[in-house]
Amino acid sequence: MQIFPRSLNKLPLLLGGVGTVVPALLVGAIWYFVTPKNFTVGYAPAQPVPYSHRLHVGQMGMDCRYCHANVEVAGKAMIPPTQVCMGCHSMVKTDSARLAPVRSSWESGKPIEWVQVHKLPDHAYFDHSAHLAAGVGCATCHGRVDQMDVVRAEQPLGMGWCLDCHRDPKPNLRPKDQITNMEWKPEMAAAGWTAPDVNPPQHCSGCHR
Amino acid sequence: MSSANLPIKELGETPLVGEGVTFKSVSETVCRVTENKAPRGWWIGFLLAISFTGVMGAAIGYLFWAGVGVWGNNAPVYWAWDITNFVWWIGIGHAGTLISAVLFLFRQKWRTAINRFAEAMTIFAVICALIFPGIHVGRAWYAYYMLPIPNEMAIWPNFKSPLIWDVFAVSTYFTVSLLFWFVGLVPDFATMRDRAKNKYRRIVYGALALGWRGANRHWQNYERAYLILAAISTPLVLSVHSVVSFDFATSLMPGWHTTIFPPYFVAGAVFSGFAMVMTLMLITRAVYGMRSLVLMKHLELMNKIMLVTGSLVGYAYGMEFFIAWYGGNDYEWFVFKNRAAGPYAWAYWTMISCNVISPQLFWFKRFRTSIPVMFVVSIFINIGMWFERFVIIVTSLHRDFLPSSWGYFRPTLVDIFTYAGTIGLFFTAFLLFIRWVPMIAIAEVKGVMPEADPHHEPHGHDGEHGEGAHAPATAEAE
Repeated sequence: MQIFPRSLNKLPLLLGGVGTVVPALLVGAIWYFVTPKNFTVGYAPAQPVPYSHRLHVGQMGMDCRYCHANVEVAGKAMIPPTQVCMGCHSMVKTDSARLAPVRSSWESGKPIEWVQVHKLPDHAYFDHSAHLAAGVGCATCHGRVDQMDVVRAEQPLGMGWCLDCHRDPKPNLRPKDQITNMEWKPEMAAAGWTAPDVNPPQHCSGCHR
Repeated sequence: MSSANLPIKELGETPLVGEGVTFKSVSETVCRVTENKAPRGWWIGFLLAISFTGVMGAAIGYLFWAGVGVWGNNAPVYWAWDITNFVWWIGIGHAGTLISAVLFLFRQKWRTAINRFAEAMTIFAVICALIFPGIHVGRAWYAYYMLPIPNEMAIWPNFKSPLIWDVFAVSTYFTVSLLFWFVGLVPDFATMRDRAKNKYRRIVYGALALGWRGANRHWQNYERAYLILAAISTPLVLSVHSVVSFDFATSLMPGWHTTIFPPYFVAGAVFSGFAMVMTLMLITRAVYGMRSLVLMKHLELMNKIMLVTGSLVGYAYGMEFFIAWYGGNDYEWFVFKNRAAGPYAWAYWTMISCNVISPQLFWFKRFRTSIPVMFVVSIFINIGMWFERFVIIVTSLHRDFLPSSWGYFRPTLVDIFTYAGTIGLFFTAFLLFIRWVPMIAIAEVKGVMPEADPHHEPHGHDGEHGEGAHAPATAEAE
């Protein structure tokens, strides 16, 4: 007695096709979507104060280290305290509505609750000073901050991304006097300048101490 | 005339099926178990087993919620019941492959009565075993880090660890066992399909039978595939339990760092696996009236294998002890004195009496062919083999190099519930198997019956296999 219809003869072909296409799509989807590149890049939350790097850096030409003052000596790059803002804004734009949270912070002594854009998990110990000392420029990891009204993450900050550079750092190094130069490009290096051997750590305890 | 061509009867071998068993009655005996209503005993057993499985679920849920600290494992004894149960279950699973593959390569026809049963047992035991490596890690949700998947972190497992080899060994073992079992089942599913009385059974068994028609061409390919799978499974079964033994043997712990472990663990695995097959077979055979297919001859041969492997295990115990003394290493000698006379001496002597003494009863035909004796001994062996793993793991860990880090292990309720729960899971799967799948390989049993032998009929009528046809050939050969 015939149990299954003749058309079921196509089933192996179908299963073969589905069995190839579905795993391929699945792998493709995971590679595309389930990565820090998908989750992190482009993250640009609204801040309590609409601070514009484009205005302060791009147009007024402030150096990065005026506000992020400890970046060459400390592991964690500081967010400037209210005092740094009020250094100018106690006299400049004193009645701007956009600066109201800064003034109220100044009066109350409560810090401004900035939203962190570049977040590493606490088991990864990143050190800014080591990278600046080796000649990694701000723009390499943070993008053209001087053109951002709102800070957005430019790079995925995933471990594979870190290791790519630690395995082959030279293309991302620059002369140390150009570190905060947002417009610097490798072809702008002085004739005869070559990237130094910096031997970045590739072992666990480099970051996961 | 060479003996290979002689019918079994003339070689003095007794038949492998009981009196009056015919091709039809084999199908009937095996298939009716799945076709009739389940007896009340099955339901009682199933409900009991599934509630134990629920207990396991609760224990594992609590473990995930509260952390591995709910187990009794402590600072010197990092591995205890979790790994004991893992090795025990994996060991139990090995008899299935031994019966299916190794005995097949040796052309042991008596395997046909028990191989399906044993393979099913392998699969369910491996499922129970696989739970433990998954849950004994502190962060079970990262267990996939053990797989070599290309990932964004650019990290891979460390292929130097036997625990990673475990992942490959056990997952390969599970996959190959499942395939081997299924390949063996295809002709039997076709029998079930052809006997099916209602539409759903016809569709389900028809799908599982993959269009098997029992053609000559089918059978030739089938036999070849089966042989290849048997030849793949044999080194696999030896290596899987060796890899499991490397978890211990590659460490530096006195009592663990021993080169005898790989063969000794495999022997123990076969030993405990056969004991488990025996326990289950004795019950099932009686309950479902399989006495004409599983004869005393089969049981006796199984007992002989248990005697051999049990003696190998006993030899290993003796040799370990001898080397500990002969090697002259104080730590090693201490570990063994501590096993025999330390705080876990009760476990050590349980192990010795169950594993070394009880199988020796099988030297006597009277005990080897007594169902009560073999039932009790098979249970003792499984208790003993559980204690073997417990003794190896816990007694080596609880007192090692530094006396300042000596401790004692006591299981907690969660330990006990998890273990009892995996037994429930095993029996749940096993009872479902008995209910839905032919528990004896119908096609293979038919193949070893006297009627299947082309030389079965003493007086041929076809002029080809009769006396006349043989006479000149016989004269020539002699």
